[in-house]
Amino acid sequence: MASCNKEITQRNMQFGALNPDKIDTSAGKWEPVLLSSATEFACDLPIAVTSPDYKLQLLEIKSRQAHMTDADEAALKYWSAGTVLRWNEILRELVAKYNLPPYQNPDGTYPIPSSANPLAYPYFPFANPPYAARAYAYVSAAQYDALVTAYHYKGSYRRLRPSAVDNTIKELVPVVKDFAYPSEEAVVAGATFGMMSLLFPGEQDYLQEKLNECIDMRILAGANVRSEVEAGVKLGKAVAAKFVGRARTDRAEKAVGTPADWTKLESDAIARGETPWISQESPKRPPMLPLFGRTIGFLMDTTEVINNRPPAPPSTGSAEFAKELDEVLWYSQNASREHMRIVHFWGDGAGTYTPPGHWNAIACEDFANLRFSEVRWARNLALLNMAMFDAAICCWDAKYAYFNPRPSQVNNKIKTLTGLPNFPAYTSGHSTFSGAAATILGHIFPGRAADYMSMADEASKSRLYGAIHYRSDIETGMNMGKMVGTKAVNRAKTDGAD
Amino acid sequence: MRKIAGLLTFNMCISLFAQTESDALFMAKRNLCGGFVYGNTSWNHYWEGTFYRDNANIGSFKSNAVMAMANYGIGNGLNIIASSAWIDNRVTAGTLIGQKGIQDLNLFLKKELWAKDIKGFNSSLVAVGGVSAPLTNYVADYLPISIGMRSKTVSMRLLGDVQKGHWYGTASAMYTRRNNVTIDRNAYYTTEMIYSNQVVMPDVFSYNIRLGWRDGADKYFELLADRMNTLGGFDMRKNDMPFLSNNMEAFRVGFNVKYPVPVLRGLSLMATGMQTLSGRNMGKATTLMAGVVYQADFTKGDKK
Repeated sequence: MASCNKEITQRNMQFGALNPDKIDTSAGKWEPVLLSSATEFACDLPIAVTSPDYKLQLLEIKSRQAHMTDADEAALKYWSAGTVLRWNEILRELVAKYNLPPYQNPDGTYPIPSSANPLAYPYFPFANPPYAARAYAYVSAAQYDALVTAYHYKGSYRRLRPSAVDNTIKELVPVVKDFAYPSEEAVVAGATFGMMSLLFPGEQDYLQEKLNECIDMRILAGANVRSEVEAGVKLGKAVAAKFVGRARTDRAEKAVGTPADWTKLESDAIARGETPWISQESPKRPPMLPLFGRTIGFLMDTTEVINNRPPAPPSTGSAEFAKELDEVLWYSQNASREHMRIVHFWGDGAGTYTPPGHWNAIACEDFANLRFSEVRWARNLALLNMAMFDAAICCWDAKYAYFNPRPSQVNNKIKTLTGLPNFPAYTSGHSTFSGAAATILGHIFPGRAADYMSMADEASKSRLYGAIHYRSDIETGMNMGKMVGTKAVNRAKTDGAD
Repeated sequence: MRKIAGLLTFNMCISLFAQTESDALFMAKRNLCGGFVYGNTSWNHYWEGTFYRDNANIGSFKSNAVMAMANYGIGNGLNIIASSAWIDNRVTAGTLIGQKGIQDLNLFLKKELWAKDIKGFNSSLVAVGGVSAPLTNYVADYLPISIGMRSKTVSMRLLGDVQKGHWYGTASAMYTRRNNVTIDRNAYYTTEMIYSNQVVMPDVFSYNIRLGWRDGADKYFELLADRMNTLGGFDMRKNDMPFLSNNMEAFRVGFNVKYPVPVLRGLSLMATGMQTLSGRNMGKATTLMAGVVYQADFTKGDKK
């Protein structure tokens, strides 16, 4: 009954080598997210293929290939699945690693992680869902803008790939029959490194290790010479620096708020005649990122966020509220095994890559079969992640505009099937993220549109089944998510890639 | 989202019927012993990795279990033992819902390998092979509240026992091979992201030592110490949830007592107490159990 081999097969290790069916040579003309144009950052002229330096770099490929180890072979296979894909996975892993709320101080207060001191406990960041949504968006958008820039220079410098210059160069992975300078994979690595160094400042040595491996594999593969990857990393980092500048001023750093902000949220709710949200954690933890709704997203400005704020949830004194509360109690007391499965499958709580990470995983597993070019990969993930970032902003705006209690706060007979999030109920973050994700993914891959919507529906309902949300939280959240997703679809229709 | 931590009582049945699968006593051929035990395990502190803490979002962990057990003498010096448990786990603080249900089926085949009287010391060597598997579709990936770990296991115990007069000592060691577990999630983080619904469970090594006084198989009192540790696994991070493939360790001490009910022939009462003294990624648990067993001799009606 006990088989001898415990090794498990991971889905992301089954992806074949990326072999795009379309080169997207016009991607240099696609609309960037933040850059004013594809030429905002310069890229030096490549050295001539007839130069002694270039010839030395070809020899480096041959020498690298002559000394290939088993570890090289594994790394080559790993990175061949796609650079945007693998960096997205690295980001998901760091989100999961950092998604833990700080342990309390002896006096019952909580320490706040500091980006200035990320290696001392509490580690920076606490990569909770809003933080993660923002991180996925910045990294994906920076990758996309960097690739649009790279495609522009590829088209203008028209540098042949190494094997087209010297037919004795062997290509060990499928190499796009396109121009090689700057290396698009290195551009992605440089942009991601630059962006993630801001988001996960305690992981810079790890990120540097990954960057080195990523570009080394391009040389080992015979796909690029060193000057092509070096130019790529430089260009990617330059683009990332612009995104870093934006991230420093997008107001997210202030989202934690102050004790005065926290108290005001409570007294405002009381003044409106409502039962305010109260932390159900012990010791009581301040609400998660109460000012995140003022963060500047990529698809909507703050005025639009406020204008699209949903109407108030049922008043805590109303009969409708009592009815919704009873429904939650019913789900709590009548949890089927199937409901438990759904709650846990979509739980994505502390210590995980969060709901936006889950949707990235879903998207990547589908994209891996769709033979996108790297730039299309980046564009599609940027659309997905910008949608979820703006969804997070809209959702957090509503949560703190209404500051309503969780079901188990109002009725202590309600036990939850998963960890109770430490912020107000309305609207459901899972529902908002999922509505946004399913909407944009359905546009990118229409063949799966209905599947995405039914997955989003299940993710949304999982929060009611889990007895942590009312029906109005999940239904309104889903609609709000779809509204934000539609903004991403509108961008997709005009960015030049559709 | 909120972090609630704690840890599970390891496979409960392993300790609860310790008297049968980890002692040197045998049911005689065609004798059947069956019984029920009620057990209660609780803790309010646990080790998060090696950090000893409490958690106001858990309060106390409380587990109540009713176990059924049967031990049959296939031959002299050859027993088959079966056990299972109904378990109800809950926490006294926080919002997390409790879990209850029937856990695993445990089967053991116990064989006396060697027995000899050496200058008044009755000595024996016993081997116990075991298998276990979940009986129901309970949720495993919900520690510390889940009622079990769902791992199918195969175990082997080697045991030595020495008795002089009524006094005895027993020492044994067990290796448990644990199969991968399938969970409801399809990706999870350990020390890295794993994109699978399968969890690789580290195997378990345990040993126990007991010293006591006995009069036959129905009357004994013993003190015991046992230690279990997983061979691998990872530590819970600060404020993280426990996980199936954590590195788990526990060192416990306790007692077992069994005494025949005077008037009612074949009926015995049992009691056990265990206290965890040190551990890793587990609760500092106190376990108390009381049970009743009945022994039937199916050779009685046979013609002499």
